[in-house]
Amino acid sequence: MSMGLLRLLRGNKASAPVARERLQILLAHERGLRGQPDLLGVLREEILAVVSKHVMLDPTKVIVRLERGDEVSTLEVDIEVPNDFERKKAAVA
Amino acid sequence: MSKVLVVTSGKGGVGKTTTTAALGAALAQRGDKVVVVDFDVGLRNLDLVMGAERRVVFDLINVVQGVAKLPQALIKDKRLENLWLLPASQTRDKDALTEEGVGKVIDDLRSRFDWVICDSPAGIERGASMAMRFADEAVIVTNPEVSSVRDSDRIIGMLDSKTVRAEKGERVEKHILITRYNPSRAARGEMLTIDDILEILATPLLGIIPESQDVLRASNVGTPVTLSNAEGAPARAYIDAARRLCGDTVPMQVPTERKGFMDRLLRRRAA
Repeated sequence: MSMGLLRLLRGNKASAPVARERLQILLAHERGLRGQPDLLGVLREEILAVVSKHVMLDPTKVIVRLERGDEVSTLEVDIEVPNDFERKKAAVA
Repeated sequence: MSKVLVVTSGKGGVGKTTTTAALGAALAQRGDKVVVVDFDVGLRNLDLVMGAERRVVFDLINVVQGVAKLPQALIKDKRLENLWLLPASQTRDKDALTEEGVGKVIDDLRSRFDWVICDSPAGIERGASMAMRFADEAVIVTNPEVSSVRDSDRIIGMLDSKTVRAEKGERVEKHILITRYNPSRAARGEMLTIDDILEILATPLLGIIPESQDVLRASNVGTPVTLSNAEGAPARAYIDAARRLCGDTVPMQVPTERKGFMDRLLRRRAA
């Protein structure tokens, strides 16, 4: 009772239910991934292989990011390509 | 019949070594012959918590590599007749733990003891996987805190897939031991509740160890907490947990807030 009052005065809510919900969502996801190959790693490798067939790129400048939302998830691929890649490619060819 | 029990957690600092020492001492006090084995190669601490740090001559790695015989490396506890320690190496690398070598040592220990309690290092690397590899049962030490619960979940996954028992299609019997439970924080809704943790991990509860100064005091003096203050709340909780491991039915005590004089006074005023 007094604890509830104190919390009301301080204006902060119990944080344990938040912890519980975050854990439940996270673990449901992680359990699904267990034993599976690393999806992001595989995606990164394959995208890199396809793109570098046509464009010279620095493998360290490729970022693959997966963001999980409630409804949809987004896969973000960020590849930095040098401006003079056409010329470099011509030189290679 | 002897049992190999791994005390594990994934996360560091949750109380694996304290738990290994306390359960080992509690089981030995019941009359069982117990050995506690430190698998934290390079960062051994079970010797210190057991108060045997000045008596280490040979260690687990020496035995695994055949440099020393098992009886030479076993250290007999000075307080309890039935309690022994097999320390980890402080200088060697954990890669020295080969599966074949560890398996032989565990088999040898099985033939000599009722309980072989393996104190796992933190993490999920070689030391941790070797500590659980030959286990029949597991105690997963968990703090009521998100990162600890997540790591426990991961460890449960490993126990179900990477142990000899799992590979043979058998089960490692798993138990959750909640440590550092703080009843007043739980009452304020600041800490995951016991029910939350058990529901999330879907594993039965072995016991709840309240957060207590007794635990630090016990490690300071190098005595398992069940021996240093046997009447204290953590000791009683560990002794009950040890009884449950032996198959006894012991009612679960959920630690409750112990109100001091000032608390009561303040509470009365607030109400």
